[in-house]
Amino acid sequence: MVDVTWGGARVGAQDAAERARALDKLRLGDVIFHAITRSAAILVLLLLGGVMVALLLGALPALQTFGFDFVTTQRWNPVTEKFGALAPIYGTLITSLIAMVIAVPFGLLIAMFLTELCPMWLRRPIGIAIELLAGIPSIIYGIWGLFVLAPFLQQYVQPALISAFGDIPVLSTLFAGPPYGIGMLTAGLILAIMVLPFVTSISRDVFDAVPPVLKEAAYGLGCSTWEVMRHVVLPYTRVGVIGGVMLGLGRALGETMAVTFVIGNAHKISGSLLAPGTTISATIANEFTEAVGDLYTSSLIALGLILFVITFIVLAIARYMLMRIERRVG
Amino acid sequence: MNVATSVATAAPTHPPIDAAALRDKVAIRNLEFFYGETKALKGITLPLYENKVTAFIGPSGCGKSTLLRVLNRMYDLYPNQHAEGQVQFDGMNIVEPGLDLNLLRARIGMVFQKPTPFPMSIYENIAFGIRLYEKLPKRELDQRVEQSLRRAALWDEVKDKLGASGLSLSGGQQQRLCIARTVAVRPEVILFDEPCSALDPISTAKIEELIDELKEDYTIVIVTHNMQQAARVSDFTAFMYLGELIEFGPTDKIFTSPTDRRTQDYITGRFG
Repeated sequence: MVDVTWGGARVGAQDAAERARALDKLRLGDVIFHAITRSAAILVLLLLGGVMVALLLGALPALQTFGFDFVTTQRWNPVTEKFGALAPIYGTLITSLIAMVIAVPFGLLIAMFLTELCPMWLRRPIGIAIELLAGIPSIIYGIWGLFVLAPFLQQYVQPALISAFGDIPVLSTLFAGPPYGIGMLTAGLILAIMVLPFVTSISRDVFDAVPPVLKEAAYGLGCSTWEVMRHVVLPYTRVGVIGGVMLGLGRALGETMAVTFVIGNAHKISGSLLAPGTTISATIANEFTEAVGDLYTSSLIALGLILFVITFIVLAIARYMLMRIERRVG
Repeated sequence: MNVATSVATAAPTHPPIDAAALRDKVAIRNLEFFYGETKALKGITLPLYENKVTAFIGPSGCGKSTLLRVLNRMYDLYPNQHAEGQVQFDGMNIVEPGLDLNLLRARIGMVFQKPTPFPMSIYENIAFGIRLYEKLPKRELDQRVEQSLRRAALWDEVKDKLGASGLSLSGGQQQRLCIARTVAVRPEVILFDEPCSALDPISTAKIEELIDELKEDYTIVIVTHNMQQAARVSDFTAFMYLGELIEFGPTDKIFTSPTDRRTQDYITGRFG
């Protein structure tokens, strides 16, 4: 130590005592900081647990009355108080599936265009437009879907689909029936538009984060832009891209307002995508105000619980997939 | 003590160069390069001889990497960069628009400063480039992959784990993987952009040895900050300063009796 050779042992001891006091003060600060951060983190767990418990308690009467039938039957009769959740579950999954099938390829293509091909002056306008798309309140999407998109689909698109696929075995069932305008397909389309910004902006950000030298190396071998994207950028960024897709899927599963406007709110499962249906969140939003009787209310809460579980499963599957991909590559 | 001579004596003595046997592989004439409005290369004229190693040396920002990136048009990936002048390669001017860039880059390969294995297996890292241009049956493809890995002196280290990720290799191995990948496409010219700057001395020695072997089949250009390295691996050296080519000649001559004062100052470590 410097102080030993310089000022002798006495000064050194004084210094040490002072230093210890200063450190003590710091230590107290550290303990407080530690406690605050930990309680903030625990608060999240408590909130999550509280929501789960509340849902479970609320759903208990319905689940006790109907048992497992609740998720396997599709009758939904407030008058006789017979409730089954199959139709909303089906609607939720199918509309989200339609949304992802449309939004994921589109989003990836837009992100590829923005990061690799787009001229500089066009990048900002398109990027901002996509972020604005995410900022539009869902009620606006609902109104637009009901008054603009649905009539348009009813008049032009759906008749064309019905006649085009009329003779093809599976597709004729998917696109059967009268063109209502509103229905599963319309809801899926609206959801696709709402999910698109998530998929696009996250993919764009992760594409941008690819080290330029890695792309240069691929171009240096003589790869075309498509080959670089397909074989180098996408594999390199797949974790981020899947994350973006899952975030979008999460939003699609839970989206309420816009879907309620355009899905038709019919408690039945139909093979046709053009038919009206319902989703879990749309059912809850529509019927909570008129839910008289404990069993009715409880059934709606049980629906909420199911949505919670579905989202949970989706996230778990995503995690599992990521883990498997990591293991295979790493 | 004169550092220049000590550097030169540390280098292996190169066999005398037979001037008559030299053939231009690439001929750079009056090349200018612009980053937007800024001129980064000024009237560069320089031959790159076939089956020889040419080193570009010079202080940071002198334009040596820029010059390298002109040779495979890497600058095309970025807006606002352009080149003027002539870079003759096999009867065409590389810097002219309308060239098939993918084909050019297959013929003029590049190894980068940092190892850049692709996020795929070791085998795929090599096979990927080959598949871009050739449809080979599985057996021939396997052979090509092995050949390339042998050429890069990596085969013995990876032959039992070809399925493992390229990212699982050490830095030096990754860089040799990148060399193997470049070689696999069968280019005519290989550009090395400070290939050893991220590597330890043993890996560096291996790469230098490799460069020496590769020049039998390829024309090689190497950008380096390390003057001993330039002295060790190159046959010809170009010294650049502030975007200009100050001096070009046989490496022995540049390092022992440079004609320009600035070259002398740089290689003796007075600046740079």
